[in-house]
Amino acid sequence: MSSGEATVPRDRAEIVALAGSWARRNVWTLGLLGLLVVFFAVTRILQPNYGPAAIQGLAIAILPIAFAAVAQAVVVISGGIDLSVGSMMALASVTSAVLMKDQGDLFGVAVVVGVLLLGLVVGAINGALVVVTKVPDIVVTLAMSFVWAGTALLILNTPGGGAAPWLMAIISGPLGTPWLPKAMVVLAVLVAVVWIPLRRSTLGLSLYALGSSPLAAFRSGVAVGPTKIIAYTLTGFFSALGGLALTATGGVGAPVPGSYTLQSVAAIVLGGVSLAGGRGGVLGPIIAVIVLALVRTDLFFAGVDPNWSTAIQGAILIGVVMFGSLVAMRRVRV
Amino acid sequence: MSGTAGTAGNTGAPRSAALTTSGWRRIIRDQPLIPLVVLLAALIALLEVAKPGIVSGNWVATTVRAAIPLAILAACQTLSMLTGGIDLSVGAVASMAAFLMATLATGQGPIVALAVAFAAALVAGLVNGVGIGLFKVHPLIMTLGMSLVVLGLMSVYGLLMVRSGTLIPDQILWLGSGISLGFVPNSLVVFVPIAALIVVGLRRSGYGRLLFAVGDNAVAARLAGTRVWQVLLALYILSAVLAAVAGILITGVANTATVSLVEQSVLPSVAAAVIGGTSIMGGRGGYAGTIVGALILTVLTTLLTVLEMPEAVRQVLFGAIIVAVAAAYTRVTGEG
Repeated sequence: MSSGEATVPRDRAEIVALAGSWARRNVWTLGLLGLLVVFFAVTRILQPNYGPAAIQGLAIAILPIAFAAVAQAVVVISGGIDLSVGSMMALASVTSAVLMKDQGDLFGVAVVVGVLLLGLVVGAINGALVVVTKVPDIVVTLAMSFVWAGTALLILNTPGGGAAPWLMAIISGPLGTPWLPKAMVVLAVLVAVVWIPLRRSTLGLSLYALGSSPLAAFRSGVAVGPTKIIAYTLTGFFSALGGLALTATGGVGAPVPGSYTLQSVAAIVLGGVSLAGGRGGVLGPIIAVIVLALVRTDLFFAGVDPNWSTAIQGAILIGVVMFGSLVAMRRVRV
Repeated sequence: MSGTAGTAGNTGAPRSAALTTSGWRRIIRDQPLIPLVVLLAALIALLEVAKPGIVSGNWVATTVRAAIPLAILAACQTLSMLTGGIDLSVGAVASMAAFLMATLATGQGPIVALAVAFAAALVAGLVNGVGIGLFKVHPLIMTLGMSLVVLGLMSVYGLLMVRSGTLIPDQILWLGSGISLGFVPNSLVVFVPIAALIVVGLRRSGYGRLLFAVGDNAVAARLAGTRVWQVLLALYILSAVLAAVAGILITGVANTATVSLVEQSVLPSVAAAVIGGTSIMGGRGGYAGTIVGALILTVLTTLLTVLEMPEAVRQVLFGAIIVAVAAAYTRVTGEG
């Protein structure tokens, strides 16, 4: 996108034009940000002492699902889908919890690195199966979700194990100002460190190209198979981060995948990633996760039965997607 | 076509003398039921070897009884997959129907309870169909969102109805878990007409052909005059009603009703359709294979239980087999 000195803006008009085009490209994310502000304001109105402590709780609670959403976003942008995200998270969570229990800090660091490598391997296996067997990705990853969930159960039958104290410490509490939870910083730094260089590299461009049109990508010289495998490998990596977050937030390993896979799909769709591929980023999905969490919080403060929140979450998902496709249909007609 | 029948026979003759690899492939492609039945027979044989004497009339009855609700849920997947879709809301809708039926049966009697259950399923299917057909929402997202809505609403409803408790009417128990003559599960009364209707309907009825047409090439189908949205609307309503039937049968087998009773059968229902040879890309498949697929999964579960495999190993093998079977299909049919 930006190629060095050529794009440095000189005068105000140019800056405004650039900002305008940026805003047009990111209209969905900006809309979500607006929604986030609205929901935050609603939360403050409903519960005037909703402050730093509550925000820290929120940041910790959304950490696993935020990583799951990023994991799903990467593979969907490249035109695939991974229904085994939740299972891979469970696998990473139990592996880390079993190995880390009652061990020293240094060993804990080794475990974290090992689990991230495991995530890369598991994701690469998913990707290789999709590429080699040519079976639709939904089927392969659905089946692999059984495999990884089963493996997680083999490692740990019931929630157990333990998390290294430093792992739990780096996500709890604030950093500097009490309004900035450490969990949010960890999320931002980890995602940014992987995603920003990736997005600016040829590989990142290939991922988007593959998602937009595999044939066009192939004809432009993108190595379709390897790029696909890399996309799934990255999904495995972020799923492993999600699994580590599960261990860190819960203090134990969670062998049952829960509904993270489905929640991740919901979050990316709300976050402006097109299921058809090639469109969207990782910031939108993360904001979507926070918005969905705030909706639940608001409903709770408003005294609504928590069971309603599941129904409302589903209704929001359907409503937003219907709205999105209406906009898309109008655009096609015009 | 009919004029070339003779020449086709001639070219076919030398090949059939020695069945080449491509010959096998043709058989598997054109008659996917044959290898599936062979696989099913092999699994049953393996089961008999693992635990001699287990295969009996009663075993057949309990196996078929367990496979029927799965096969009906897999019918929802088969039909929606033929159009290139998927219905992940079957678990929530089936649980909803079962739970509504069981809670209302205590006060309103079974007839009203069943009517409400089916009406609710119809509404859920209608909303799915409107979203997918008219608003062109991706079926995966639409049905996923729908299942969240249904599950949430049912949890709220469950808290309201916590006093009334649940009651599974005797007729439903008879239908779901009864076995007549020692080897005929009563649920066949429901299943045989449904299965016959779907198998024949997919091949012979105009609507059945439309499902294939939409899945094969939605644009071509639309240009040929098909109102694709009407086909999809009817499809997802039908799917929800079938899911309700399955849910009610499952309460009859399990003798309980909860808001998430059927949730665990959603992924196996997709698996049964995939193993049965229906392509998730649309346009290829049929219900007969799905029925055998549901039987294969049921027998496989029994086999792994008999072998005293832990649940974990069962899941791993389950996943591995789905990938293997799907890969074999893709290789044979040359898709992808």
